[in-house]
Amino acid sequence: MSGLLFPDDLLYSKTHEWVRVEKAAVGQNVATVGITAFAIDALKDLVHVELPAVGRRLQAGQEAGEIESVKAVSPIYSPVEGEVTAVNTELENRLEHLADDPYQEGWFFKVRITDPAGLNDLLHAAEYQKHCESESH
Amino acid sequence: MTYLSSTPSDQQEMLRTIGVRSVEELFEMIPEEIRLRRPLNLPAGMSELELTRHMGELAARNRPAGQDACFLGAGSYDHFIPAVVDFLASRSEFYTAYTPYQPEASQGSLQAFFEYQTLITQLTGMDVSNASLYDGASAVAEAVLMAMAATGRQGRVVTAANVHPEYRQTLATYLANLPTEILTLPTPEGVIRPEQAAAALNDQTACVVFQHPNFFGCLEEPEKLVQAAHAAGALAVVVFDPISLALLRRPGDYGADIAVAEGQCLGIPMSFGGPYLGVLACRESLVRRMPGRLVGQTTDRQGRRCWVLTLQTREQHIRREKATSNICTNQGLMALRASIYLALMGPAGLQEVAHLCVQKAHYALQQVSRTGRWQTVFDRPFFKEFVIRRPGVNLSDLLSAAAEQGIFAGVPLDRWYPELADALLVAVTEKRTLAEINRWADALE
Repeated sequence: MSGLLFPDDLLYSKTHEWVRVEKAAVGQNVATVGITAFAIDALKDLVHVELPAVGRRLQAGQEAGEIESVKAVSPIYSPVEGEVTAVNTELENRLEHLADDPYQEGWFFKVRITDPAGLNDLLHAAEYQKHCESESH
Repeated sequence: MTYLSSTPSDQQEMLRTIGVRSVEELFEMIPEEIRLRRPLNLPAGMSELELTRHMGELAARNRPAGQDACFLGAGSYDHFIPAVVDFLASRSEFYTAYTPYQPEASQGSLQAFFEYQTLITQLTGMDVSNASLYDGASAVAEAVLMAMAATGRQGRVVTAANVHPEYRQTLATYLANLPTEILTLPTPEGVIRPEQAAAALNDQTACVVFQHPNFFGCLEEPEKLVQAAHAAGALAVVVFDPISLALLRRPGDYGADIAVAEGQCLGIPMSFGGPYLGVLACRESLVRRMPGRLVGQTTDRQGRRCWVLTLQTREQHIRREKATSNICTNQGLMALRASIYLALMGPAGLQEVAHLCVQKAHYALQQVSRTGRWQTVFDRPFFKEFVIRRPGVNLSDLLSAAAEQGIFAGVPLDRWYPELADALLVAVTEKRTLAEINRWADALE
C-alpha cells in the first residue's frame, strides 16, 4: 500500500477503476477510465488488455474489458453509464510500464456519461485508499 | 504410475486425520432419495484365467480393418501406420505421462506437444495450434465457440449438409442452451455454392463452417467461402483432411481464421469410440480465445532451452465459468503419434500418400462405373472419397455379401441422408492394392 498514489482529482470504484470527469460540451461530461495503481500492483506482470468497442453502451458496473497478467485474467468494469467514445490503442504496448503512469498515459477508455447521478456512488481518494487497506488485509 | 492401495488401517488413518468417523459420512450431503440402495448390477468377479479367456472371446468377434480390404471412410480412414509410430509411442516415458498435472516436470511430454504444434502450423499454414482436443467433432464445436467469442455474435452459425453429420450433431449439442441458430445449407450438388453461403450470412452470424474436402469427398471453393464470411464480418472455420494438405492449398493460405480436423489419419488406428485426435489451429489474433493447452518454448534461469504451458489464465481450472472451454485436457498420446507420423513421412512422404489416395480413388470409381450399374452422385473433383448410387439395389444385402468375401465396401448414407438411401460413400487410401480395388468392384456387381 505504501507509496501508491491516488490523485485527489479522480473518482474511484470499489473494483479498482479510476474516473476523470471532464466537460466536453454544455451538459456533456466525458469520463476517462483506467485502473488504479493498487490494481496494477496486485495484478503484476501484465501481458494483454481487451478494451470495449467504440460506440458500445455500458451500464455502470458492467464488464467492459479484460486485463490479463501472467497469473490471471481480470474483468474491467465500467464505473459509469454511457457510450464509449474512444479507447487507448497504445495501451497494449505500454502494459509493462503501466505502473509508471497509471493516471495519464495509462488510460483505458473514454465514456460519454449518460447518468451523471451515478457518479455519486463512486469513492473519493481518501475513501478509496481506506477500501484498499481493508482489501489488502 | 504406481498403483497405491489403501488398506482398512490406511483408511482409518485418513478419516482420523480429516476428523470424519466413516467413509459414509463423506457422502452425507447426497440426499437419501437419490441414493442407490442396492448393489450395482454387475456379474460376479472372474479369475485371471477366466477373464483372459472372456476378453479373448470378445476380441475375436472384432473384424479389424487390417484383415480385410477396407473401403470405409466417413471421418475414419485406413491409412498405413509405420511400425515406428507404435514403437516410440509405446515407450513407457510417453505412455504413462497422459496429461501432466505438474506439466513442467514432464519436459519430454511438453517438448513433444511443442513439436506437434509446430508440425500442425506447418501443415495448415496457420499461426498457432493448440496441443490437441478430443476429436474432430469437438474441435468443430470449440472453433464455433471461439468464433462467437471473437465476433461477439451469437445469433447464427452457418454450416452445410455436406459437413460431417456427426460433427454437426456435436455442434448442436454444444449450442443447445444458447440462442444461436444453426443454419444448415442444403447441398444437393455435393458442394456449397458460395453465393448461397453469402446469402445466408447476416450481421449476427459468428462464422461459416465448411469442410474441404467435404463429407462426400468433393472439393469446395474455399477462397470464395472465406471471402463470403469475411464480407459479412464473420469468421471462416474450415474442417480439413490432414493428408489432403500435401496436395491442396493450406487453410492459412486461403485466409481461414480457424482450421480444425480429425487427426486420426495421422498414425492413429481406426477404432470404435476412439481415442482420436482433435486438431485446432488459428490466426494469432485469436490465440486468447483458443481452448486447450498451449506449450511455449523458453529458456530457464541457466539459459537452457525448456518448455512451459502458456496462456493458461483462460483455462477452466483458473477461470472457472469464464474459461474459453470446459475441456481442460488434451489427447497427448494421440498428438504424439501424429507428430511421429508427420516427422517420419516428411513433406515428400505425405505428398506420396496423398497422390496414391487420389489416384487409387479415381481408379476405383472408374472400375465400378464400367458396367453402368453404378452412377456417380456428385460430378465434382474429389480427393480420396466419392459417393456412388445404384438405383433399386438392396444395399445391405450387397454389403453383407461383400463382407463375407473380406471386403468392407463402403458406408451407406441413409443413416444421415434419407434422400441418398441407395448411395454408398467409398474411401480409398494408399493401402488399397490394385487387386483389392478390382475385387471390390467385382463384389459390387
